[in-house]
Amino acid sequence: MTARARRPATATAANEHAPARRTRAARSVDVEAAAANGTRNGHRPGPSRSARARPTLTTVDSDDTVAANGYRSARSPSGTDREVRPDIWEERVADALAFLRRRLTGDYHVDEFGFDAELTDGVFYPLLRLLYQHYFRVECSGIDRLPVDGPALLVGNHSGTLPVDALMLSLAVHDETPAHRHLRLLGADLVFRVPVLSELARKGGATLASNPDAERLLRAGDYVGVFPEGFKGIGKYYRDRYRLQRFGRGGFVSAALRTGTPIVPVAIVGAEEIFPIIGNITPLAKVLGLPYVPITPLFPWFGLLGLLPLPSKWLIQIGEPIPTTGLTDDADDPIVVFNLADQVRETIQETLHSLLQRRPDPFG
Amino acid sequence: MNVLVTGASRYVGAHLAARLAAHPRVERVTGFDIVPPAGRLRDLLAEHDVAVTTGRDRDGRGDGGVRDVVAAVTGGEVDAVAHMGVVSSPGAGGRPAMKEQNIIGTMQLLAACQATPGVSKLVVRSSTAAYGASFRDPAVFTETTPPTLVPRGGFAKDVIEIEGYVRGFTRRRPDVVTTVLRLAPFVGPDAETSLTRYFALPVVPTVLGRDPRLQFIHTDDALELLVRSVVENHRGTYNVAGDGVLALSQAIRLAGRVALPVIEPGMNAFAALVRASGIARFISHPLLRLPELSHDQLDLFVHGRVVDTRALVEEFGFRPRDTQEAFADFIHGRDLHGSGFAALRPAAVTALESVVRDGVRRVRGARTPRAPEGRAGS
Repeated sequence: MTARARRPATATAANEHAPARRTRAARSVDVEAAAANGTRNGHRPGPSRSARARPTLTTVDSDDTVAANGYRSARSPSGTDREVRPDIWEERVADALAFLRRRLTGDYHVDEFGFDAELTDGVFYPLLRLLYQHYFRVECSGIDRLPVDGPALLVGNHSGTLPVDALMLSLAVHDETPAHRHLRLLGADLVFRVPVLSELARKGGATLASNPDAERLLRAGDYVGVFPEGFKGIGKYYRDRYRLQRFGRGGFVSAALRTGTPIVPVAIVGAEEIFPIIGNITPLAKVLGLPYVPITPLFPWFGLLGLLPLPSKWLIQIGEPIPTTGLTDDADDPIVVFNLADQVRETIQETLHSLLQRRPDPFG
Repeated sequence: MNVLVTGASRYVGAHLAARLAAHPRVERVTGFDIVPPAGRLRDLLAEHDVAVTTGRDRDGRGDGGVRDVVAAVTGGEVDAVAHMGVVSSPGAGGRPAMKEQNIIGTMQLLAACQATPGVSKLVVRSSTAAYGASFRDPAVFTETTPPTLVPRGGFAKDVIEIEGYVRGFTRRRPDVVTTVLRLAPFVGPDAETSLTRYFALPVVPTVLGRDPRLQFIHTDDALELLVRSVVENHRGTYNVAGDGVLALSQAIRLAGRVALPVIEPGMNAFAALVRASGIARFISHPLLRLPELSHDQLDLFVHGRVVDTRALVEEFGFRPRDTQEAFADFIHGRDLHGSGFAALRPAAVTALESVVRDGVRRVRGARTPRAPEGRAGS
């Protein structure tokens, strides 16, 4: 089973990322070495977990030989050691072509939840990274509190009309953790009802917010991200910003208890300002079957332009993990579950207040 | 051991009967079906000395009804019954005949088994369609997951009903070792189903905006597990599928095909048209056989379906081939890449890749001198 097979792959990925984190110049030497060894990591700059976990399909052999031959022939015209390194653009073109070939011939791996690591690392994350680094200028702290290997349940505050906060958190986890781990998000069933969106979500690693799925991911050793406020949080008015809403039924707590997974509170500041909701067209929402149809300063007045988020300054703080080992038997005890949910909620609320003091100007 | 195999004139039943006949622990295999076997399956059964009773006499009278089933079970000193006579798509008789065979046929067979003390084993072929398909379902079904919605497909409804009757039977006859195998869709080099026809189409219609997760079981592995269920003792209900998942778009690309995304009502209309017109029967080209897609399969193409097989592997000590491997064997066995319709042959794509890459290299190579040391790090 893929989920089971992933565990050793995660562990090895941690070791393998040491070369990937080195400078570009150093990396192209690695490429040489990798190509010579016949491994398939070298010609891809990104994390190689997907390549590792990918099952052997018909075209894999040709993949190796092409890569190896390609670099060897690039090296042959020049004699000296200095020029052994292939041209950076050649390398990029070869990477892009190999990526396209794998996509066109179906030579990639999709896990049982529909997560396509190659597509996520190669397409989704680079796009999100533009927003992350240059638009929202996200600052993430406390990432070293996450367990290095093994599962964790990240619980965050939800806001911003569209779940941009969830995407930014998963990119933060991926880019900041040494092993470049993926955060598996839990989404509302609405996400999986809508064509296109449902498939983007699944390919990006999300799955339905339900206990069977959450526990399955945690048992497989994944990081799981959940926003227990749900629509109450993400669709709240701007005047209620940074005031945590009620935490549903606490299903996330019982999932953590049942699997003995630490719960990690996460506070996200900045998402409240991207689409400030000042009103709600309730009748239209009812007709469309949506939880809300927001009125923001830009939407719906400016049409598609209203989908442009405001460039707020973001801070993400990963809190101290709350261990749950030894509480497995309490997973069905509502008092324990509600108390723990409250504890998580209060922690996030306090962290939000202190983060807001660090960021006096929302757009500064 | 004397085994009765129902549905023996169809692919699974016939192959199971043949494999059982060759098994050292099986003395005699009797086939039962409402129609006699034809073509390659008839030769296969003849080769293994399996006689198929149809419940009809030489003049075509008799209806394969309860008396005939009872006679086949009670009269044949049968001690194991393998119920493969569950059909997944309407045949010539349409949906009423399919329901008649699936539901009434199963009830009659179970009645006969209950009345026969000698029967000590019952193996029922079910399907993962029993889980239905909806966006509210968990990503992976275990044997205990209930379906969220009542499926709209006839086959799924039948399967759920059949499993209900089998549960009733196990309560009334707890001494009978009853095994229910929920099989994922078959693929294999020689099995022909509506799904294998679907993947052989030159342009494969899919539902726009949906890329469901699919799982397959290799026909050889499914038959192996069915044989083991009959000759060994494995009480309970088990998911039978190859580990791993293929996205529909990925499976189409692996087959070298091009997907044609159609809005969901369009896909339904296409399926309804093929079903209603019976056009599929007039096209004889082996790669243009139009698949008659059922509602179950249309829902599968929207929501996908993945099952957990841990219970199966633990109980049987047998791990079926991965979904990817099974599908690769299907592509290879059918030579889908070799046929003229494969627009995306891996060899062609790889060749194109090296042409473009070498072209770029030549252009870059012409622009001497090479990138200086500093630029490599930029």
